[in-house]
Order: sequence, then C-alpha cells, then structure tokens
Amino acid sequence: MTLANKPASGPDNAAEPEQPPVPEGHVRLTIDGIEVIAPKGELVIRAAERLGIAIPRFCDHPLLEPVGACRQCLVEVEMGGKPMPKPQASCTQTVADGMVVKTQLTSPVAEKAQRGNLEFLLLNHPLDCPVCDKGGECPLQNQTMADGSASSRLIDEKRLFEKPIAISTEILLDRERCVLCQRCTRFSDQIAGDKFIDLLERGSGQQIGIGVDAAGEVPFQSYFSGNTIQICPVGALTSADYRFRARPFDLVSSRSVCEHCAGGDAVRTDHRRGEIMRRLAWNDPEVNEEWISDKCRFAFTYVTTDRLTTPLVRRDGVLAPASWTDAVTAAAAGLEKARDARGVGVLAGGRLTASDAYAYAKFARVALRSNDIDFRARYGSDEELAFLAGYLPTLTGPNAVRYADLESAPTVVLVAFEPEEESPTVFLRLRKAVRKNGTAVHAVAPLRSRGLGKLSGTLVKALPGDEAGALDQLPELDETAIVLVGERAAQSPGLLTAVAELARRRGARLAWIPRRAGEVGSALAGAAPTLLPGGRLVADPAAREELEKHWGAPVPDRPGRNGEQIIDALVGGELSGVVVGGVDPGDLPDPAKALAALEAADFVVSLEQRLTAVTDRADVVLPIAAVPEKSGAFVDWEGRVRPFDAALGKTGAMEDGRVLDTIGVEMDVDLYTQSALAAQTELERVWRAIARPAQALPAGRHEGVLAKGAEAVRQLLDKLPGRHRGLTLASWRMLLDGGTLLIGEPHLAGTAKPDVVLLAAGAAAERGIEAGQQVSVTGPAGSLTLPAQILPDTEMLTDVVWLPGRVDGVSTSVRLGATVGAQVHVEPAAQQAQPGGPR
Amino acid sequence: MSTPAGQAGASGEDRAAQQPRPPSTGDQPAVLSPVLTRRWSAPRSWDIDTYRRLDGYTALPKALAVDPAQITELVKASGLRGRGGAGFPTGMKWSFLPPPDGKPRYLVVNADEGEPGTCKDIPFMMADPHLLIEGCLITCYAIGSSFCAIYVRGEAVQAIRRLTNAVEQARAAGLIGKNIQGSGFDCDIVVHAGAGAYICGEETALLDSLEGLRGQPRLKPPFPAVAGLYARPTVVNNVETIASVPDIVSGGSDWFRSMGTEKSPGPKIYSLSGHVERPGQYEAPMGTTLRQLLAAAGGMKDGIPLKFFTPGGSSTPIFTPEHLDVPLDFDNVAAAGSMLGTTALMIFNETVSVPWAVWKWLEFYKHESCGKCTPCREGTGWLTQILRRVVSGAGVPADLDVLADAAENIQGRSFCALGDAAATPILSSFKYFRSEFEDLISGRAAPVIDARELVGAH
Repeated sequence: MTLANKPASGPDNAAEPEQPPVPEGHVRLTIDGIEVIAPKGELVIRAAERLGIAIPRFCDHPLLEPVGACRQCLVEVEMGGKPMPKPQASCTQTVADGMVVKTQLTSPVAEKAQRGNLEFLLLNHPLDCPVCDKGGECPLQNQTMADGSASSRLIDEKRLFEKPIAISTEILLDRERCVLCQRCTRFSDQIAGDKFIDLLERGSGQQIGIGVDAAGEVPFQSYFSGNTIQICPVGALTSADYRFRARPFDLVSSRSVCEHCAGGDAVRTDHRRGEIMRRLAWNDPEVNEEWISDKCRFAFTYVTTDRLTTPLVRRDGVLAPASWTDAVTAAAAGLEKARDARGVGVLAGGRLTASDAYAYAKFARVALRSNDIDFRARYGSDEELAFLAGYLPTLTGPNAVRYADLESAPTVVLVAFEPEEESPTVFLRLRKAVRKNGTAVHAVAPLRSRGLGKLSGTLVKALPGDEAGALDQLPELDETAIVLVGERAAQSPGLLTAVAELARRRGARLAWIPRRAGEVGSALAGAAPTLLPGGRLVADPAAREELEKHWGAPVPDRPGRNGEQIIDALVGGELSGVVVGGVDPGDLPDPAKALAALEAADFVVSLEQRLTAVTDRADVVLPIAAVPEKSGAFVDWEGRVRPFDAALGKTGAMEDGRVLDTIGVEMDVDLYTQSALAAQTELERVWRAIARPAQALPAGRHEGVLAKGAEAVRQLLDKLPGRHRGLTLASWRMLLDGGTLLIGEPHLAGTAKPDVVLLAAGAAAERGIEAGQQVSVTGPAGSLTLPAQILPDTEMLTDVVWLPGRVDGVSTSVRLGATVGAQVHVEPAAQQAQPGGPR
Repeated sequence: MSTPAGQAGASGEDRAAQQPRPPSTGDQPAVLSPVLTRRWSAPRSWDIDTYRRLDGYTALPKALAVDPAQITELVKASGLRGRGGAGFPTGMKWSFLPPPDGKPRYLVVNADEGEPGTCKDIPFMMADPHLLIEGCLITCYAIGSSFCAIYVRGEAVQAIRRLTNAVEQARAAGLIGKNIQGSGFDCDIVVHAGAGAYICGEETALLDSLEGLRGQPRLKPPFPAVAGLYARPTVVNNVETIASVPDIVSGGSDWFRSMGTEKSPGPKIYSLSGHVERPGQYEAPMGTTLRQLLAAAGGMKDGIPLKFFTPGGSSTPIFTPEHLDVPLDFDNVAAAGSMLGTTALMIFNETVSVPWAVWKWLEFYKHESCGKCTPCREGTGWLTQILRRVVSGAGVPADLDVLADAAENIQGRSFCALGDAAATPILSSFKYFRSEFEDLISGRAAPVIDARELVGAH
C-alpha cells in the first residue's frame, strides 16, 4: 500500500508533478479523501480495508467469489469527475484510475443507504441475540449496535420458520435468523464442491434449504460443512455439538494445530474452565487458508472421554492404580530386565508430535539400546523406509512442495492417494487450483472417486498392486508437475521406487502425504528402524558417529526391526518386551497377531490416554496428555513445522516425551526430553548437524516390479467364467470411519459417507448385481455384506471391487483376510446369506 | 384486441418512397405506421406461406449476400434502439462483441414478456412468428453466431407452440440449419419456455435460467457481450427489436428514420390497456402522444376522464392527464420524468383508487422479487405489508413516511432494476396522489378493500 503525503482534494491535484508514479498494473484512486494506489482488479472494499476503513458487509468474503447480494457495503463512487448515478457495492466494484470513493464516513448517501439496508435486514430478524450462539461475535449484532436504529419501524408480522432444520446430524439451520448472504451456499458450491445446501423459493419467501440435483435428492455428503457455521455472519447455522452451550465472551481462545491429518491446519481451540467447547479454523493463508475439515472441527470430545488419570501397574495379574513413582519405577525395572534378556521393541504410532517422536527414537536407542522402533501403525514396507531416507531431505530443500505450489502447478498427479479422504486440506487447495488456475489432476487409482470428480480429474486406471505399471499411461510430465504419493503406496511393491524414479526422470516435484499428523515428524525424528533423526541411515557410520557426539551415548549399529518384525519377534520369543505409544492394534495389518504378541511379551509398557486392548495386556500403563493438553509441533506434509502451545493448561497430563524422560532417569539415562521445548530444540540442533542436503531419490527401474505372483493368479482366474472370477480388492480409509479420535462425537459420525461396495458396471452385470443391492465380498477369513454402488466401466476397472478401509470399527482387510490387491469373491448377498455374519 | 389495418404487402421500396413524416400533433388520431404489425390481419398470418406471400424471407437473402459487418453498420445507421425498455442502440450493442475467435457466440431473444401492462411480444409471436425468425437469422449472421435461443415466457403456451411450429416450418424450408440457402451460413434456433418468473426478463437472470440455473441476475461486468450464455459472447435483444431488423434490411436506414424522432426513430407498438374503448396494439411512429393514441382507440371508455397512466408498464413512473401530450419516445418521456419502458400504456380513469393500484402492483413485485438482494427482497415484502393495511383502513400516520423512506432505500440500492421498479409506483404516486393515501389513513376515505379480503393473501 502506498499513501500519498497529502490528501487529494480534487482533479487539480492529479496534475501536480510531485506525485509518486503509479506502478505498472496499478491505479491511483481516492477513498474518503485519502489517495491510495491499488493493483488493477482489486475490489474497492479491499482497498478501503488496507486504509483501515471498514465498510460494513455480510455477503463479501475474501475467499469466495463476489456476489453483491446483501447490499450493505454501498458507497458513493465518482468516475472522471462524474458521480455514478447510484451508490455502488464496494464488494463488487473494482478500482479504477481517478476513481473517487466516498464511504459511510464521508458520504451521507452511503451512510443512509447502509442504514436503510440494515433496517431491511433486521425487519424479519428475530433479534434473539440473548439466546443466539452468535451473540457476542455476530457481525449483524455488531453493526446494529454501532449503526442501527434503536427501534424498529415494522409494525407488521415477522417472517416465521420452523426451527431449526437439520442440514446434517451436525449442522442446524435457523432460517428466521438468516440474512441470505449466500456465503454458505457459495462455500458449498465453490470451495467444498458439495452442493449440500442451496437457495429455495424466491422473494421474501427465499430461504436456504437442502439441495437436490436434477436427478432428485442428493443426500448430504460433505466433510467441510462446518466451515459454513464459521463464515455465517449471523447465527443461522449452528452445530448440534456447540448449540446453546457457551457464550463467545466466556471462551478462551488458543491457537492450535489439528492432530487429525498431515495437513497442519491452524486451528482455534475455544475452551472454558479447562474444557474444549468448540474448534474453529484459524486463518493461515499459507496452509489451510480459513478452512478446516469437519473432523478437524468437531472431533475433540476424545479429550474428555474415558480418560485414564492415574498410572496402572499389573500386580498379581491385575492392573491396579499406582502412583507415578511406583509406575515409573516398575516400568524402568521391567524394561531394563527385558532389554537385558532378549531386547525391547517400540511401536510409536503415527500421531506423535515431533518432540515426542524424538523422545521415543532416543529412548529406543539410548535406554533400550536398539533400533527396533517403528512409527507406522499401518502397512509399511522396507521399500518405504528406503524411499523416506531419500525423500526426507528434500523437505528442507528448494524442491519441497508447498500448498502454494499445488495452487500454481499446471499438473498434479495423485498416486495411491485420495486427498478428500486422506488429507482434506490438500483436497481443498487442489480444488482451488483446479477452479482458479485450471490445474489438471491425474489420479493413478482403480476408480474415479467422488473426490476426483470434484477435482475435474482424469483417471489413470490401475489395478491395486499394479500402480507402478500404470505410471506409463500418465501424460508426459515436466518439471512444473507435482506428484503426490500417499502412504498406501507402501502396499504396492515397487510403487514408491517407481514414483521416485518417475519424478527424477521428469524433473517433477514429489511430495509424500501420509494420513496421520505425526508421521512426517516421526520419520524426521528417526522413530524408524533404519532411520536416524535427520533422515540419515542407521547403517551410515558417519551419521551414527555424529549423533553419538550429540547424545553422548552409543547408537546401536544394527538396523532395527520394523513394526511387523517386532510383532513377529515378540510372538517368536526373540524379543522380551515392548513399549507401545498410542497404537490401536486394529490399525495394524494383523491385529490378532499384534494382540498375541502383546500377550507373548514378558513386559509391556503402554503409554495411553484410555483403556484399550493394549492396556488390557500391559504390565505398566502410563497416562499421557492429549494434543490440546500439551505443547509441541507437528510437521505437516510440506515439511513445515507447526508448533503449538497447550490449549488447556495445568491439566497435570504429561506428554510422552516427559514420561519417557522420567523412565530414562530411572534407567540411568538422560534423554533431555522433559519438556517439548527441550526436545524440539535438541531435535532441531541434531537435525541441522547431521542432516544431509537434499539428495537424489533412490534410482531404480520400475519395469518388472509388478506383483508377478498376483498377476499369474489373476491370469489363471481370468480363464474362469465371469461370475466365478474373483475381483481384486481395492480399499482405503475414509476420513470419518470411527477411529479412536472420533469417540464421543455422534453428530460428526452421522456425516460419514455411507459404507458401500463399489463395482464397475461390467463386473456388476456379470454377477447380476444391481445398484443398491446387498453384495457379499468374501475373502479367506470372512465376508462383508454392503449395498452396491455401481460406477460406469469408464470410471472403474471391471476386475476390481472397492470397499471402505474400515467398517464398524473393523479393518476390512482383517475381516476378509485379504490385503489390497488380493483376490476376493463377490456375489449378491442372497446367494450366500451368512447368519450371524457381519451385516 | 383490435389490430390496426396494415398496408399488407407493401414492399420495402414502396415504404422507402414514402415521405418523412413528423409525428402527428394535437388531438388528431395517431397516424398508424404498421410495419411489424402489417401482416396481423391476414388470414393464417402465422403460416410460412402467408409470410412468404407477404414479402417474408426476402430480407434474408439480401442480408446473406453482404458482409455481416455491413448489416451491423446498417442497423447502427437506422438508429434502432432496443424495444425491451432500456432503449440501448441495437447496432452499438452488437458491435460490443469481441472479434470472432472461432468459438461459439450466441443470440438470445428475450421473449419473457412479463412487465405488467405489456402485451406486444406475445401477440406479435402469435401473429407473425416468421418475422421474428427472419430477424433472428439475419442478426445471427450479422454477429457471427450460429445459434439462437428464444426464451419465451412459460405462461405464453400458445405463443410457444406457434413459434415452435414456425421454427419447424422454417427448418423444413431450409431456412434454419446447415448452409442456409446455399450461403454457407449455419444457424439453429431453439425455442425455450421459461418457468414463469418476471426476473427472468432481466437479461442476465434469463441467461442463468437458460443454462438451467436458478433465475437470478448476474454480476456485471462481465456483460453478456463478453461472457453471456455459457460464458460466451452473447447478444440479448427483445422480440420487437429483432423483428425490426428484416424491414431495416429491406427498406434501408433512411426509410426507418422516416418514422419517429431523430433520436428515437422507427415505428413502435403501443399497447393500450385499461379504461379505453378499444384496447389493443397500435403501431405508430415513435413520439406519438397518448392523446393521439386515445383518439385512435376510440377515447376513454364510457367517456370517464383519465386519472393516471403508465407510459411503459408498471415499472415506469406514472403520468397524469397533464402528460397527455408528451411525445412517447425515449428522450421526451425521460425528460418528463418517466421512462418509455415497453410502451405499455395502462390507462386508469377517475374511478380508480391510486393506493389500490399501487398496492396491487407492489403485490406483483413482492411475488416476483427473486430474493437475491436485501433491499428488494425485504423491501417489497415490507411495502406490501404496509400497503395492505393502508388500503384496508388499518394504516397509521407514520406509514406514509415509512413507505416513502423505504422506497427510497430500495431505489438505486438493489442489485438489479427490479427493486427500482418496485419503488417506482410508490414514489411516483406520492408525487401526484399522496392525499389519497392520507385520506385512507385518516379515515376521510373509506377503505378500498375489506380487511377480510386479505385473509390468505400472500
């Protein structure tokens, strides 16, 4: 912004030579007598904002396209010395050279227009501010208090509506409060791409209602609906969760970072007397802008649901409450014994802050003297670790992909990655890129998902497990392209190598986007069997030597066991003990084996928030802090460090790092992770010291890395008559599918997508399956019956069946005994009714 | 409806030979100038054979023989101004289209005639649909379009049928389709029925409706000439405007300018309704006065004197008998404080209560407000609520100031002109007849309606 030294008083000034020149692409205008230079195309309301002149508005929102509907922001405009005949809406009027704008501050016409408009808005508004959730933070209330009339001139009846209507189980709409600014409908259309609400009726009967498309009813389906509550300028939209529970002026707001996905969303946590009342999106233009997913917004009740408050120690086979001193002593003694017997593994889980993950990584090496640690509570491969060793250094280099890069990239390729389900903030930014800049999105996937449809994306069909082979069908990429690969790539042998090779060959930039918030930070902190903090390999003597200097303790040189191997070793008696940090066995590839491993272990330490299947089998249970109760930092998928302070202070809950530090002291080991700040500082110091600059990703040819065995089986099966042929299982987790952090939130759970079996039309026809019909999908271990949804053959491979990754809290691959890429049997449910079977 | 006798069959050359004729003066009956209406009294005037027999489709080959730019120049030279109400110069509107880029551009004909009192386009499409089609074809050729949509008001079912049949006839005759008359020019015409919303007569709301969206006005700019139908350059013109084009091509711009005034040339269909002896369509040169038109229409019905009239539909400020001699063209009407609008002359005699008429009009605007912007949506509802009380005898003294102030807060503040139009009856009636409202409120005048009539009103 450039301000001229003296106010302009008329066209005479324009000719004076001492005026600063107007930069290319800019114009000079006057607002309320103040000269301002503004970029061409800027809206008058924005230019005024930069001068500190607040023009009242309701429909205007910087991230939504202008609509000019509410008419609250009218100003007087002169062009070329001639006043425009009518006041103009400053939210739609763009700046022009020589324009003279007079806002309500200097123009009686604008002032009267705004007062008149406010009167119109209030005519039918119930003025129920004392009981309205928005009261105290309501733009309509604020403007009425500032500029409104003290009494209404309306002596007739106000418009009445039934209140409220449920737009979903979570979102409620009180239509009589609505000022019809269309922010919510524009959000649903422009940002989310889910037409879940729309304008109905017209004139004074106009109202917001539930949208239907030409085909009929569209059931509510959106992961982003909560944003409409936040941008509603009145109290028309509320959540079932927060409605009538608090007043904004009683809340304390803390800046937080979302713990639900790797997006790093900035969040405002509003709490009252130590209890979280609601969460809102914090404005962070570089990351999540002003949007967050509903999971991020509403899934916080886990913090107060069934929490463990005291340590538990197993005595005589029974877990009993114990003091921290007793529990820590017992844990240290048990771990020392187990370490000195056959060793102890660490399952760290993917939701740790970077400092906590660093504490686990250091604890494993220094206290347990082992590299047996894995942060991946999911399918993970050694290929993935090799990939990460090459990839992690790029996160701090010039090739790191950022949100802004997604927005400007001409081409984005998605491999084994479903952004709407697995990283919703990335999805929103991609959608913005597509809408604003025409970014072409290509997805290597077995089917065209609804999310890909909203990105106007192109499907490159790939059989699960064979994605590497399909990369050749992508259009020619160049260095402007960005490849986003998801954590599911680890399930497809050779895929990560092939993707890295593709990116290297084409010069395209690459980003790895896991689902969980802690995974990038955990990988960087070295909570992995082959990786040290800084992404250096355990096998690298120089790296170990460097790290030993910092730690003042030896670093074991033998690469450790990965998660699966730790479990195998426990079952096989090759490991004596295990430390489990917030891992849900149901998330692991083989939950039954994981539980068997815990039972087989001589000594189990569980760091948990509540009683679980792990604590049931633990010898010592140590309660730890939930994310809102601790400080720390997540590292988002971009590699951006997202620090946060405890929203809820003084709960007494301790973060994992501090608990591990305390155990370490009892084991005569100093971790220096007694606070998140200490741990984070040390991690960063170690990182700077030992990390190598970005290097080339591991090279390798991807030809011939297809799962050859699976391919041979499929060819054999292909010779069978169609309906007896198996289909290849494709599956991924949905954003809302009953995970641990969703507990205690029934309203949010109600907005989950319905569980369905997805089939291509060809595959369905062969088996006599019609849309909506119950279909059984059977694998070696069992079957799952769900209604069928049928996609055209052009949008899905005909030899694939897709199921949600988790149904009724049970992993689909566990239930079927079939991993993604395996053959399963699909038939109408009637032929194979399983009494007592799952659904 | 009476149709004035036209000089059926008069060729363009004959007409061009006519001497320029100033508008008639005094209380002499208007001299009618049937151009658009000249075939209306012919038997089966809507049939393609009749149309051809009476010179139809003779302008099209002339147009196709010249460069498209020449037609735009000709229309510019003729001074033709848009007949939909705003009076924007038609040729200039066409020339706003960006240069051709090989991608589609469109002509959209606004036949969503919904302005209260206006009844020219629908009778026109009933009587002479082929003249509109010929106009569409020539205009498409002039602007480089090969697709024309005619958006007809949904309630005008008969007009839609007749127009659709005429399009089919023209298609069968090779006048619509590929390579029309061997000229290499392709053009398709689609007749689209609206769903009964006044707002869809606003050109951008019409375009949204045509695209299958909710009919609400769009933000301008971009104007339709740059991004109209499906975001492509689009010309939107009224039926009467497009139907004027073939005769301009046949007769030339000088002939066209021989009628009407310097700044508002050509003939105009004046729609007389209300308390006149012979209501109907009277095509006369622009600038004809109501006094002349009344004389042509047999005068006021039953001789009861005129009290007020609208020059161009209910959206234009009302006139009183003192305006009987205002020449009804764009500029003279504007100078007298109103708008020519659609030349829908609604004529009210002394038996009519002004508050009652204003109330009825406001009920219309309230019903038709699209709801997009605050002043129109809330304002029309509020004004209607107050007027209902006033006409049923339950008004309070503050009502008059509230009516005037609220109307001022709507006028010029709404998103599109519908809000302005809704405020107009209030503000213009207050100018001449405020005392009638005062009398109703004070009880000096009896309520115009029984409050019970309002039960269930919406």
